[in-house]
Amino acid sequence: MKLIFEKSAAGHRCAILPPCDVEEVALPAELTREAAPKLPELNETEISRHYTELNKRVHGVNCGFYPLGSCTMKYNPRIDEETAALPGFTAVHPLAPAHTVEGCKEALDTAKAYLCEITGMDDMTFQPAAGAHGEFTGVMLIKQYHDARGDSKRRKIIVPDSAHGTNPATAAMCGYDVVNIPSAPNGCVDLEALKAVLGEDTAGLMLTNPNTVGIFDENILEITRLVHEAGGLCYYDGANLNAVMGVVRPGDMGFDCIHLNLHKTFATPHGGGGPGSGAVGCKAALAPYLPNKDGIRVRSFHGNFLVVIKALTYLLTLGKEGVPEAAKNAVLNANYLQSKIKGTFTPAFDRLCMHEFVLDLSGFKKETGVSALDVAKSLIDYGMHPPTMYFPLIVHEALMLEPTETESRDTLDEAAEIFRKLFELAKTDPDYMHAAPHNAQIGRPDEVRAARNPILRYSFE
Amino acid sequence: MNYPNELLYSKTHEWVKEEDGVVVIGISDYAQDALGDLVFINLPEVGDEVVAGEAFGDVESVKAVSDLVCPVSGTVCAINEELLDSPEMLNEEPYDAWIIKVENETDREELLSAADYEAFCAEEG
Amino acid sequence: MGSYVPSTPEQQQEMLQALGLNSFRELFSVVPEEMYLEDGALNIPGGMSELEVIRKVSEMAGKNRVFSTVLRGAGAYDHYIPSIVKYIPAKEEFLTAYTPYQAEMSQGILQSIFEYQTMICELTGMDVSNASVYDGATAAAEAAAMCRDRKRRVTLISAAAHPDTIQTVKTYCYGTGDELRIVPAKDGKTDLQALKEMLTPEVASFYVQQPNFYGMIEDAQAIGELVHEAGAMYVMGCNPISLGLLKSPRECGADVAVGEGQPLGMPLSYGGPYLGFMCTTQKHMRKLPGRIVGETVDSKGERAYVLSLQAREQHIRREKASSNICSNQALCALTAGVYMATMGAEGIAQAAKQSMSKAHYLAKELCSIPGVSLKHEGEFFHEFLTLLPKAEEVLKALEQADILGGLPVDDGILWCATEKVSKAQLDKAVAIVKEVLA
Repeated sequence: MKLIFEKSAAGHRCAILPPCDVEEVALPAELTREAAPKLPELNETEISRHYTELNKRVHGVNCGFYPLGSCTMKYNPRIDEETAALPGFTAVHPLAPAHTVEGCKEALDTAKAYLCEITGMDDMTFQPAAGAHGEFTGVMLIKQYHDARGDSKRRKIIVPDSAHGTNPATAAMCGYDVVNIPSAPNGCVDLEALKAVLGEDTAGLMLTNPNTVGIFDENILEITRLVHEAGGLCYYDGANLNAVMGVVRPGDMGFDCIHLNLHKTFATPHGGGGPGSGAVGCKAALAPYLPNKDGIRVRSFHGNFLVVIKALTYLLTLGKEGVPEAAKNAVLNANYLQSKIKGTFTPAFDRLCMHEFVLDLSGFKKETGVSALDVAKSLIDYGMHPPTMYFPLIVHEALMLEPTETESRDTLDEAAEIFRKLFELAKTDPDYMHAAPHNAQIGRPDEVRAARNPILRYSFE
Repeated sequence: MNYPNELLYSKTHEWVKEEDGVVVIGISDYAQDALGDLVFINLPEVGDEVVAGEAFGDVESVKAVSDLVCPVSGTVCAINEELLDSPEMLNEEPYDAWIIKVENETDREELLSAADYEAFCAEEG
Repeated sequence: MGSYVPSTPEQQQEMLQALGLNSFRELFSVVPEEMYLEDGALNIPGGMSELEVIRKVSEMAGKNRVFSTVLRGAGAYDHYIPSIVKYIPAKEEFLTAYTPYQAEMSQGILQSIFEYQTMICELTGMDVSNASVYDGATAAAEAAAMCRDRKRRVTLISAAAHPDTIQTVKTYCYGTGDELRIVPAKDGKTDLQALKEMLTPEVASFYVQQPNFYGMIEDAQAIGELVHEAGAMYVMGCNPISLGLLKSPRECGADVAVGEGQPLGMPLSYGGPYLGFMCTTQKHMRKLPGRIVGETVDSKGERAYVLSLQAREQHIRREKASSNICSNQALCALTAGVYMATMGAEGIAQAAKQSMSKAHYLAKELCSIPGVSLKHEGEFFHEFLTLLPKAEEVLKALEQADILGGLPVDDGILWCATEKVSKAQLDKAVAIVKEVLA
């Protein structure tokens, strides 16, 4: 379809502002820009049509099954949008006097109380704007803690090889050396490998539990005990909290701090890549190091406030019973789907999983020549969003599925049936799958060309 | 796969050639094939010290990045800037597409002859 | 209680049985007994129906004061938001999609980002833009990081930048163990003499905010020349509305242009979500952090859009990535795109001109009151700092008249006016100040 610039027509405009009702002042010529920016010229109808056309070329959670592993694509309730659009929140200036923003404070305090109870933490900040931003904030708590004690020899952060890429990237942003440890054959932390790297230079461990292959680490108490014994702290990557919220608390597993992805676990919409909210919780010992007036600050003002309002609305709705119910059904749905697919594609770990599971298509690829990518692209023709591909790195030809609790059994049955069809198709017509998708908005894009000759903006020529 | 006889090879798949006391370094045909379509290269600067066995830059494909490991220690005296605009040369002509030149060599990794390297690749592959 | 689980308890039981299990506890058998929360052990209130929830949250919102006139800025600006700018980002597909990893079913998001990147490049005059970062302060911190190399590690920032920006950049520098030095301000603007002296060979970059925290217009071009003479990179943090009028960062010689995109159609929202925009020159394109959308062709040769240059990012480079960012503020970037399309270049220039004119009118009227004066001399945009007695009483009186007055800063009050306030509203505010000071 055409770009908005290609629809632009000279003189088309929207009438938004009245004439100026005070004396107009002008800047000296040396301060003003030479040429106006080339922004499109459109009438409101044209703008509405353009964006509606774009919106038709987007697959949202409302469109269909979206089992994107590690991303928790659960339904985003509309009531959450309505509360976050209340003028009592949207029209409030972030630097308004404290006595005029008591409602904001109450909302943040309430969200904090709920989330501290769910995570087993003592205090929390909502300043971080996304998960990775929360990771940065959390590891900075660990850094300040060691620094405040003059414990400057702690230079290393331990990260399992199954971790999200943000974990090692975060540790590096906090000035730490990253020590990658291999996973045990069952996908969990290899205790011997962990012991081998723990020592006086250990600042901390970053861990996701359940981990990125969807398995709850049974040795978690031993793991956190070992790290603490070595003088390190334990960081919980909350990306997978949806599996265990209300069922088991990271604080009880021995973690010292945690980030939450409110845009995953607590149902706030992803918006095509943000805004999220990466709330960070911690135990009392780390609370003095949370962002504060004289300490660290990771962004302006109070964070993505309206996202917190959406998450709060969700928490108030679910409450004591609904929070664990969501986690339990997320795990049930994942196991149900895994068991349904198991007759065809092979799970990387043949056991009960948590909220997500990983398929290992390396054998299948050897047999049929059809890769995980081919399967993923073929799913698009069925209107299903593909699972996460080629992650975690410890599984070859990986497809990672996370159905979430908001899908019905019928949807899961249908998805399993589509997987079965593709499993059969690979044997009879692999070429068709190599060329998939066939009925999508576009065919497979040439990513090599995009990277070799970057075109990152419209050129007007 | 092509393994020119006049070159030496490292086990990390760089090739090495000496020209008038200057060491010329690139990546092997085997390496470029394994890496797939290369889309960008990060190069050191002229004057940088490089150390045998350590990374001196990296090459990017669409979904991966791989370190370039220096087979020798010394000082970078030239970089092939043409690769910045045309990384595909590494795929198309790996033995013409030299990456850096190093002078004042002080140390080098164990290097293999073409025949030994070919055998080494056969084992890896 | 509310719930979004479609399966009935009976269906859940059947599904458990299909797995050979009798209970949810068995499903969680890997969780050790000592940490498993039995039913009812989670100590939060019970769930609520939709009607109860809307009542409760509306009650909270009702405890906030919404002012009919806002004369406070300081990093969050109350511009008029065209109606269509609110409706388009609320469309369910835009709203609920994830990051566009699968280009074949995400062309709408990818194209909207490509268009946003183009518009931001046009506004700033720069060559390339990313898909956004969290906000203006983190954009400044990311810019500082992208300018550092092995030899040049020190970051300079103007004391006249927003305090939150300075504190955020400081935090990021503390993270990597790099030094941040603050260049003092003189008469409300960056002290050029001090800057010149501080631009030593180890300096990687200098950040200036335009207009600065006090509303003053910096000598951005002269600063750029100084910075480049010293071989450092020049980072400008710009108010995007002001760019409707002011010299673009490119014209001022900036290597990296960043800023808080909130004025482009985002409500005040007690501080977020906002939008960090970030762009640079062709030369530094590959150092830009975050998602970037690029144009290519698909297997049929048709134009298509993809997430590009991904090898810069954390999921590939892991600990060698220069930033860990993945989620950004995509929906806010969409909002900004719709805003820029709706206003057009002329509309943004109008918003800038009217904001500036109204701020100057307010300044003139306030300063006609005995005892009130401008703290700084020189050109300002839509904010200015006044010295006046009884600041606390003035602000209280304004508050009683439904006006959020300026922000107390140092020994003065930092006022802001946008196109949204009418002359009548300004006159009313001035009359109240006059009365208090009479």
